[in-house]
Amino acid sequence: MRHDTIERSVNLMMVLIILAVSIGGLVELIPLMYSSEANEPAEGIEVYSPIRLAGRDVYVREGCYNCHSQMVRPFRSETERYGPYTTAGETVYDRPFQFGSKRTGPDLARVGGRYSDAWQRLHLQNPRALVPESTMPTYAWLEDRPVDPELLTAKLETLQFLGDPYTDEQIASAAAEVEGVSEMDALIAYLQGLGTNRRNRR
Amino acid sequence: MSPDRSASSINNRGRPLDKQAQYNDTVVRQFSIVVVVWGLVGMAVGLFIAAQMIWPQLNMDLPFLSFGRLRPLHTNAVIFAFGGSALFATSYYVVQRTCHVRLAFDKLAAFTFWGWQLIIVLAAITLPLGITQSKEYAELEWPIDLLIAVVWVAYAIVFFGTVMKRRVKHIYVANWFYGAFIITVAILHIFNNLAVPVTLFKSYTIYTGVVDAMMQWWYGHNAVGFFLTAGFLGMMYYFVPKQAGRPVYSYRLSVVHFWSLIAVYMWAGPHHLHYTSLPDWAQTLGMVFSVILLAPSWGGMINGIMTLSGAWHKLRSDPILKFMIVALSFYGMSTFEGPMMSIKTVNALSHYTNWTIGHVHSGALGWVAMMTIGSIYCLLPRLYNRDGMYSTKLIDVHFWTSTIGVVLYAVSMWIAGVTEGLMWRAVNDDGTLTYSFVESLKAIEPYHYLRLLGGLIFFAGMCVMAYNVFKTVTQQKAVPVAVLDPA
Repeated sequence: MRHDTIERSVNLMMVLIILAVSIGGLVELIPLMYSSEANEPAEGIEVYSPIRLAGRDVYVREGCYNCHSQMVRPFRSETERYGPYTTAGETVYDRPFQFGSKRTGPDLARVGGRYSDAWQRLHLQNPRALVPESTMPTYAWLEDRPVDPELLTAKLETLQFLGDPYTDEQIASAAAEVEGVSEMDALIAYLQGLGTNRRNRR
Repeated sequence: MSPDRSASSINNRGRPLDKQAQYNDTVVRQFSIVVVVWGLVGMAVGLFIAAQMIWPQLNMDLPFLSFGRLRPLHTNAVIFAFGGSALFATSYYVVQRTCHVRLAFDKLAAFTFWGWQLIIVLAAITLPLGITQSKEYAELEWPIDLLIAVVWVAYAIVFFGTVMKRRVKHIYVANWFYGAFIITVAILHIFNNLAVPVTLFKSYTIYTGVVDAMMQWWYGHNAVGFFLTAGFLGMMYYFVPKQAGRPVYSYRLSVVHFWSLIAVYMWAGPHHLHYTSLPDWAQTLGMVFSVILLAPSWGGMINGIMTLSGAWHKLRSDPILKFMIVALSFYGMSTFEGPMMSIKTVNALSHYTNWTIGHVHSGALGWVAMMTIGSIYCLLPRLYNRDGMYSTKLIDVHFWTSTIGVVLYAVSMWIAGVTEGLMWRAVNDDGTLTYSFVESLKAIEPYHYLRLLGGLIFFAGMCVMAYNVFKTVTQQKAVPVAVLDPA
């Protein structure tokens, strides 16, 4: 077919453009969607508990991923600094994924349990009180914001609808679990759970 | 004087022309003006967050001014508000001139303008409030995503509707690129944003973990490849030959690099996920196709630059042409740097560092912004019945501020990025890490200042442009231009 033919027919050109741009995505995405490696939870990985889910959504809302990755790459310098490298099975309940693209601050994939709850609270209130060189914003105002139990229940129902294995009991008791819990508490609970399925941290 | 400006609203028998015999330049003028406005806003937010990197006190302990919420506002404003408006403006202008017809569907075209502005305003409200999907360049929540889809379909109908009623047999090369950009962005936007709503302000994506990451970077990389590349190549294929007064260098090259560019770009997404838990086969595919992408990218650069054959002397006197040639040079530079950074061993060093930020800005400021600026300077006088912009001298001032600004920005971020990459991987003889993380942050502080300075200089140039544009559009009344008969 001469290119002249394509240039004279906008319909033909549109069809060929759609064909040309479809192949790459199909080849890279479809096998991945059906691969067990990408979709089955690793050992010790469970859905986020209601309070951690609430904390995770604070993390997403505040755009923490703009400065913190959650992806330890398989290099000695990274496993030395952060702990065992991240596997696909550890991220199967992440909606959306939080790998990040930029480390203005350190990776957080295995930050759980590395510091005490009190350290995390002080650090979130004023990062420079603990790390003078830090350029992180302060998040003291998270203390004044309660987690919304009704919204949390609705979120859990949505995730269950999407296929995440939350039990009806878990959803029913979620509202009571976050009674009086601030967004600060929830965020700390989320951070303290990160990467703890593999305890052999350095 | 170009032929399309010599016509007026009165035909040669002294009767006013009917509407279909005139170009619809109203919507082009509207989009052209907001390009400058959103450029200033988006870059001002960029300056503010660059300053926050040095003085974290500028977060002011306020949620809506914190870096994490403002950075998406910066990226969305410069990509979709500034870049998007430039694509709307130029595609609507180019498709009418190259098809020799008035834009199809006046009301739908007006709807795309007001719809797109509404989307921008909604983004400017919701992102600082923390309403986000957290997917880069796709942060906007589902109700706005639906609105984007509707406006985009309207855009496609107006654009392709105009191409369909063209009065020439062949579709001009610029329209191939604009067309591919419009179709592909629709596909990318729809699939990446599939989500189930919880409330009006919160949804969960239907993908999880690694699949979500692959979907996001299939989208994210092609937001660069089609929104910021194919669309802007369309702009290049009209405005560079126009401003140089020379035909496109090679027809054959444009055919080959068009099809290879759009087909290969769609494979390159996984290079954003090198050494992550994305399966190796996908990473390898992403790397191989990213390296191949160098060829079609340089095809476009060569075709643009060589269009100046026989007109090189014009660079001495025409700062608009200088903008375009430097834009093409930055395009060539970035599309060499990109494939290089996609090689896994290089990426192991560059990923997560400021090198990426430098790379993005040499593309975004050097290529996208400078091509936009050149095209707007070329376009505005034609839209306002003038021979040229209010001041050519000020265009030259803008050219030099832009160039110096980008160079300072890119160089400072390259040095910062390589510094970080090397410090993170440095180990002592006994195998322990040499530097703590915060030492790397401290080490790059001088480059944060240099980057801010580069950004300030670039922004100053945009202020000069705003003044020049204001003077240009307020001094002369716009008159309708008659549709030119095909040659």
